Amino acid sequence: MDLAKHWRLRHARYRLEGQRNRLTGEVRFPPAPPRPGEAEDIWEPYVLSGRGRVYSFSVVRQPPEGFEDQPPYLVALVRLDEGPMVTAQLTDCDLDQAAIDMPVEMVTRRLRDLGPTGLIVYGYKFRPIV
Amino acid sequence: MRHVYIIGTGATAVGEHWDRSAASLAIEALNSALGTIPASRLGALYVASALSGTLHAQSQVGALIATAAGIPGVEAITVEAGGASGGVALRQACMAVASGAVDLAAVVGVEKVTDVLDARREAALALATDADWEAIHGVTLTALWALLMRRYMHEYGYTADDFAPFPINAHANAVANPRAMYRFAITADKVRSAPMVSEPLGLLDCSTAADGAAAVIIASEGLARELCANPVRIAGSAVATDTLALHSRSNPLWLAAAAQTTAAALRSAHLTHSDVQVFDVTDPHGIAAALALESSGFAERGAAVALAREGAITPKGRLPLATGGGCKARGDTVGANGVYQIVELVAQLRGQAGAAQVDGARVALAQCMGGIGATVATHILTLD
Repeated sequence: MDLAKHWRLRHARYRLEGQRNRLTGEVRFPPAPPRPGEAEDIWEPYVLSGRGRVYSFSVVRQPPEGFEDQPPYLVALVRLDEGPMVTAQLTDCDLDQAAIDMPVEMVTRRLRDLGPTGLIVYGYKFRPIV
Repeated sequence: MRHVYIIGTGATAVGEHWDRSAASLAIEALNSALGTIPASRLGALYVASALSGTLHAQSQVGALIATAAGIPGVEAITVEAGGASGGVALRQACMAVASGAVDLAAVVGVEKVTDVLDARREAALALATDADWEAIHGVTLTALWALLMRRYMHEYGYTADDFAPFPINAHANAVANPRAMYRFAITADKVRSAPMVSEPLGLLDCSTAADGAAAVIIASEGLARELCANPVRIAGSAVATDTLALHSRSNPLWLAAAAQTTAAALRSAHLTHSDVQVFDVTDPHGIAAALALESSGFAERGAAVALAREGAITPKGRLPLATGGGCKARGDTVGANGVYQIVELVAQLRGQAGAAQVDGARVALAQCMGGIGATVATHILTLD
């Protein structure tokens, strides 16, 4: 299910591809269509380094549908080195190891399994830089 | 624009209504709000419901409730803006009556969440987050508030215990509210020893999603004088949005739509912050109430938790909050919360709030939020 939707997002999900503004150099993630009034090609694809620091983190113990096999899992806001902030899980990280300002790097992992008739959705998570 | 008045309110008890449908709850609230006014006099019906489409596979809840009320034919729509649905629906009614297009309108907030199991409910609530960039990572609304709470503690030097006055106040006030879900007091020790839901948020600093419906009747000045002995004026009304995803904001601890709507609502009411005597905000957790108070300009940044600790949020304090129990102790009816707020604040202004009454309250502020403030509706209620 939802095949087209996840396929469409593959560059952002698999390699953290955002966008850079050709005029100002501003980097943004996730990618988005040009805003009203902006030139059609003003934002070019730009792959982020995948490195950043934890802005904040928490643990999900009461999961939403589709994540029942995962708790307890760490979720975080990560401030990427290029400036944008992303929401993602922390992985390869003990619950008591996570800390604000901890340096992390992006890895590609399974996000969720949409079931026997659906996709296994892969995407970015972040792990501590050791 | 014409002045707009609330002339009737009604609500069901909040709880687990296993034997009731959404329509049955909505009609109980609407009948109670109408009193002796025939439903056939309504010019428009605004139904607020955040989760009905997802949990009941039912759209057009506006038509559903109009049918159940025996007034098919009436102009009716469903308003969905997550936890802000109730306030956004009220805003639609205000604009309709203020413009002269409608003389009498009903706003009905209804949520029926107990028909599904926990994981499905969490997923439905997480629909208020950004599906592609937040929810796909298994993030819940509770986890997003927990992220903000931890960052707030880090920036301002608080501990999780410091947030306990919010749920303690909510529970203390709910004792006086016959419709509240949890009518018992809790202690700081209980809050501290509760199991973790999403660190640093423990169970007793988390609201419980529950079933309920609330309704208010909105009228023009002329009809209000004709139909009601003690109308309450909606002196200010505003809705604004922020980025859907929390991570897109330059300062995640600042709820820009709360700031914007509070300023706009106060301006149109010709009032200032110091005029507001009683508040109800979206407060599923202490951190949510704290950020709402700070962003709305009622506390300095980083100061709301200290104010709560000093007792400012109790009915005797400077910023009385959650006098009906708030999301925590009234029960969290999601899309209907914004209408419950109005029902409870009208009771405050009429001096009918019992043990949680704020002495001499004449100006009240209701604010409800969808997601982490991606949509915010703020209303100012006054006695003429």
